[in-house]
This record gives sequence, structure tokens and C-alpha cells, in this order.
Amino acid sequence: MSYKIYVPCDTTAASVGADKVAAAISQQAQAQGVEVELVRNGSRGLFWLEPMVEVETAQGRVAYGPVRASDVVSLFEAQFFQAGDHPLKLGLTEEIPFLKQQERLTFARVGVIDPVSVSDYEAHGGWAGLRNALSLTQADVVAAVTASGLRGRGGAAFPTGIKWQTVLKAEAEQKYIVCNADEGDSGTFSDRMLMEGDPFCLIEGMIIAGLAVGATQGFIYLRSEYPRAFATLKTAINNAKAAGFLGADILNSGKAFELEVRLGAGAYICGEETSLLESLEGKRGQVRAKPPLPAIQGLFGKPTVVNNVVTLASVPIILAKGAEFYANYGMGRSRGTLAFQLAGNIKHGGLVEKAFGLSLSQLLNDFGGGSKSGKPIRTVQVGGPLGAYVPAEQFDLPLDYEAFAKQEFMIGHGGVVAFDDSVNMAQMAQFAMEFCVEESCGKCTPCRIGSVRGVEVIERIRAGENREANVELLKDLCDTMINGSLCAMGGMTPFPVLSALKYFPADFGVTAAPKV
Amino acid sequence: MTATIQALIDTHRSQAGALLPILHALQDQLGYVPAEAIPLIAKSLNLSRAEVQGVISFYHHFRSTPAGKHTLQICRAESCQAMGSRELEAYAKAALGIDFHQTTADGAISLEPVYCLGNCACSPSIRVGDEVQGRVDTAQLDALIAELRQGVVA
Repeated sequence: MSYKIYVPCDTTAASVGADKVAAAISQQAQAQGVEVELVRNGSRGLFWLEPMVEVETAQGRVAYGPVRASDVVSLFEAQFFQAGDHPLKLGLTEEIPFLKQQERLTFARVGVIDPVSVSDYEAHGGWAGLRNALSLTQADVVAAVTASGLRGRGGAAFPTGIKWQTVLKAEAEQKYIVCNADEGDSGTFSDRMLMEGDPFCLIEGMIIAGLAVGATQGFIYLRSEYPRAFATLKTAINNAKAAGFLGADILNSGKAFELEVRLGAGAYICGEETSLLESLEGKRGQVRAKPPLPAIQGLFGKPTVVNNVVTLASVPIILAKGAEFYANYGMGRSRGTLAFQLAGNIKHGGLVEKAFGLSLSQLLNDFGGGSKSGKPIRTVQVGGPLGAYVPAEQFDLPLDYEAFAKQEFMIGHGGVVAFDDSVNMAQMAQFAMEFCVEESCGKCTPCRIGSVRGVEVIERIRAGENREANVELLKDLCDTMINGSLCAMGGMTPFPVLSALKYFPADFGVTAAPKV
Repeated sequence: MTATIQALIDTHRSQAGALLPILHALQDQLGYVPAEAIPLIAKSLNLSRAEVQGVISFYHHFRSTPAGKHTLQICRAESCQAMGSRELEAYAKAALGIDFHQTTADGAISLEPVYCLGNCACSPSIRVGDEVQGRVDTAQLDALIAELRQGVVA
């Protein structure tokens, strides 16, 4: 009999040796005459346990991890392929508390299925949303997305249904669906995990978006730092096309949708939607002034839906199970789930998909297990390099867009980067400005010049030069950047800076927290 | 060289927004975008040479000069900083005797900064070619550098 064994092909799993483990398992199986079927799945997102190997049993999948290639011989001795006992045995995967306590809607299949198998996707509930959408009117599909309460998961949290409605109503002979897969924020990897672990879910979401607004061409703009996701997406698109889900006549419906994946070239700013569109058009990724909105004049001047990966990948389940099913998760105006990403100095780093409303403390302690270094977590940066540093005394705040915004924090794309008490917050504030110097597109002055001046003034504060006056100057500069920049790059770089100054003034050598 | 460049341009020129796909194709094949490609691209896409040059210089990914045999990228973003990437970066520079954007004298390794490899749950991270390595410490970096110098990719 053949044993089914899963070894993730996810970038993070591979970064800690999964490919070597897979090769060792194949080699050992052959040497011992054990017949195995090796599946390269995505990752379950329990990254401290990667490479995590799973075997299929009658009771469900059993996990072992973290497995090194040198453990493989002893795993075979323990007959792990029959779920034998071994020091690395973790038990039934679904019973691991980190996973069991999650609410996986968008990520339900990630780590479970063979990412590029159309039939495996279908066997786990895939294509149901698309089939349903094909039986509905365009207005009904848009209405379902609106009623679900889904908001843009890329960071801006704009209601998805409203964006779609605008594009649906725009008159044009050509419209586009563009997926923003330029996941550049530090501490985020949910887009990558989804594209590597369940690419059909994104593809299905994009087809539904195309049907809903009348767009026949889609582009996935993927960052060049994700070579594995690029390969997986290209294979998945070809497989979907061969199976009749993409092309001139989707499932014999007479409706067309073509899809292409394009690579970025290492510019953080291209995660900003208008800069992304410029880049897709083959230009420098400089931001455009809005209006006109991309929904009216987007790619090549045509009405365009620009949505993040997780936003689009949340659409199939909404169409399959209904808007109400999705909207029943969450709190306030933050409906559904968010795929939080635990990163940085954290013991149990990984992906936690939960309904909005849990606290940072639950996320960091119950899921994350505290810091990796064992020291107290002093602060977390939430929402990427443009997000504020949240101090430990605010860790009980519920993760809800509005509750965070009220404190001048941002949930953004759901990345949470933990720092222990060895962090120097003045250094991190300076880094925020340095990053803006490096990545500003250069179009507007507050961002291009302001960031350079920001680095200089923070350097002076750190060197003890005229501290009080320079802190005032820094606040004034931040005010200019917030109010005078064209996009979020210059407009939000001050948030990590000001939060560091507000909550950790001692790191800047000033005693009292200045009012910011 | 000119024929190779023109052939790559012709493969992609009919695509909408063809410039980035062309530049990627050139760099994948040649390791960089040579100056002589600029007028050819400009002519093929009906752009000015300045426009093509402007796009090449805008994106960190595109190189105008050849890199070393291997390109080692070290992540400088916040998550990796929380796990000691500043120290790792300093160590790599000292071990290689070069700064970012430079290549070792033996031509083996170019050192480049990168801002996030999406591997943030296993920080600090580095990338060589298309392979990312996570939870990297100085011993691992030493071993990697030695391997790369022998011309053996990890």
C-alpha cells in the first residue's frame, strides 16, 4: 500500500530546509522499499514547526516537526508513515491548539491541498463560489460582496463592494481586474502563503470579480521577491485554463476571462495602487493624483478593480456560503476574518486567521507564546513599515479597524512584528525615515525631501543636539508629511516615528512625552 | 549580443505594458540590462531613450552592470531587525570585505540589501538566487559564503 506524505513547498518551509527533507524522504522510501506518495502542499502557517511533515491516517493527518533532513532515517525507523511514535510527533494536525483555535475561512485549504491540482481544489469546496456567481446577475454578485462587509485587506480597508459597484457602473469597452500582490510590508506573508498554498482561490476570486463588473482581463502584479509564488501561479493559471475555468468560454457560460501574472521589480511603492498601475503599463512606478479613481480611469485609462490578494481570495467563500455567513464573523464595521501574521521576535510565528475583535495580547501570548528571546515584548509594529508602534500597555485593544484608528494605530494588512526590550525606538524611528528615503517614488516634495530631513533631525536628536527644539522640528516635519503627501508612503511614514516618540520618549533622550 | 537583445525584445514587445517584461527577460538572460539595449528597446517600443533609462533606474531589481557570480541579499526590514539582522548585516559586510551594492574582488558574491522577503516568521532572512534561507545566524552565513566561493550553490 502507498502512504500519503505531505511536505510543504512554501517559501518559509523551504527556507528552513523543507526541500531537503522532501528529497531525503523520497530517497529513504526508495531505499527501504516503502511506497509513498509525496505531496508538496502549502504551509499550515505554524512556522516554528516547519519543516512540518504530515502523514495521512484514517483518523486524519498526523504531523511531525520541525523535521530536519537528518531526522528522516529515525522517522522511517519509527514508521512515521503509519503515524508511529517519534520525539518529533505532534499528533493530529487539526488538534494543534494554534490551528484548532483559528477560524480559517479564506485560508481553509492552505496547507491542506496540493496547490496546483484543480481536482483537489474542487474536492475541498473550490469553484462553488464561481458556479454560484455564474447563475447570478452582475448586480447580485456585487450586492453579495457589499452585504458581506468585506473591506480591502491590503491595508486601506475600503469596502470592496462599493469599489466593484463603481466599476460595474462605469461604461467602457474594456475593464480590468488587477490583483495587488506586491506584498512589501515587513511582517506580512499572508498573500504569499495563499498564492503558494491555494492559488486557485485567488484565481476564482478574480474570475468572480471579472464576471461581476464586466472585465475580461485580469493581471496579478506580483513582487519579484516571490519567485516560488510566481512559479506556482503560472502553473495554476495554465491548469485552470486547461480545465475550462479561464479563457474565452468559462464553464460553457459564454463568459470570458483571461489572466496573466506580471512581475514587479523591487519597488515598495508599487504596492500603492496607482503606482502599481503605472508599473503595469511599463512606466516608472510614480503615484498618480486621485481623482480620477482607478475604478473610473485605471489601467490603460480603463475602469479597473484593484484589490489585494486576500481580499480577492475571500470572495469565493462569500459567493459559496452567502454574504451572511461571512458577515456573522467580526465586530463593529470590521466583518469577517483577518489573516494576522505573527513575525519578528515571537516564539510561535505564523499565520492566525481569526474574526476581528480579538486582542493583540491574545494574539501575542495565546497564539504567539511570547517573545522568542524570552524577554518581555516591549512593542509591536502593526500594519507594516507605515504602521504605528503599539506599546505593551495597549495590547488589550481589540483588533478592529475603527478601534485601532481611534488610537492612531493601523491594522493594515494584519502583520504584527514583535520587538523585545532590547529595541531602541529612536533607531526604529530613524529607520522609518530611512526606508522612506529609499522607497519614495519622488513625485511629491513632502515625501521625497521630508524623509531625508527626517533622518537628519532624528540623528541630531539621538546625538543630543538641541533636543527639545529638534523634537519640535520633527513634529512639525511629520505634520507636513502627513498633510502634504500625495499617497500613504509620505503620509504615513510619520506614524511609526510619532508613535515611537509618544510612547518611548526616553529612547530619544527626552523626558516627557511630547504631545503628538 | 545585439541580436540576442533584439530577439528578447521581439518576444515581448506586443504585450500591453511590455517594458518591464522585456527588462526582466534581458536581466534573466544576461544578468543585467546592458547600456546597448536601451536604444534598441526605445526604438522597438516607440519610447525615448530617457524614458527607458528612467524606468531601469527607478526599480531596485534592475542592474546596469553585471553582478558577481552569486547575489546575496540580506533583509533589512523591521521583522528581521527584531531578530538581529543589523548584526548579521555588519557581519556579512566584514566577512566579505564589501558594502552593499558591491562585489567581492574574486567576483564570487555581490551583496545587496532587500526590504522584506515575506519570510518574517523565521527572521532573519537572506536570499541567494531564488532560494530564501530563514533563521540565519553567523555560522550559517559563514558556511554559505564558503560554499558560494567554491562555486557550489547551497
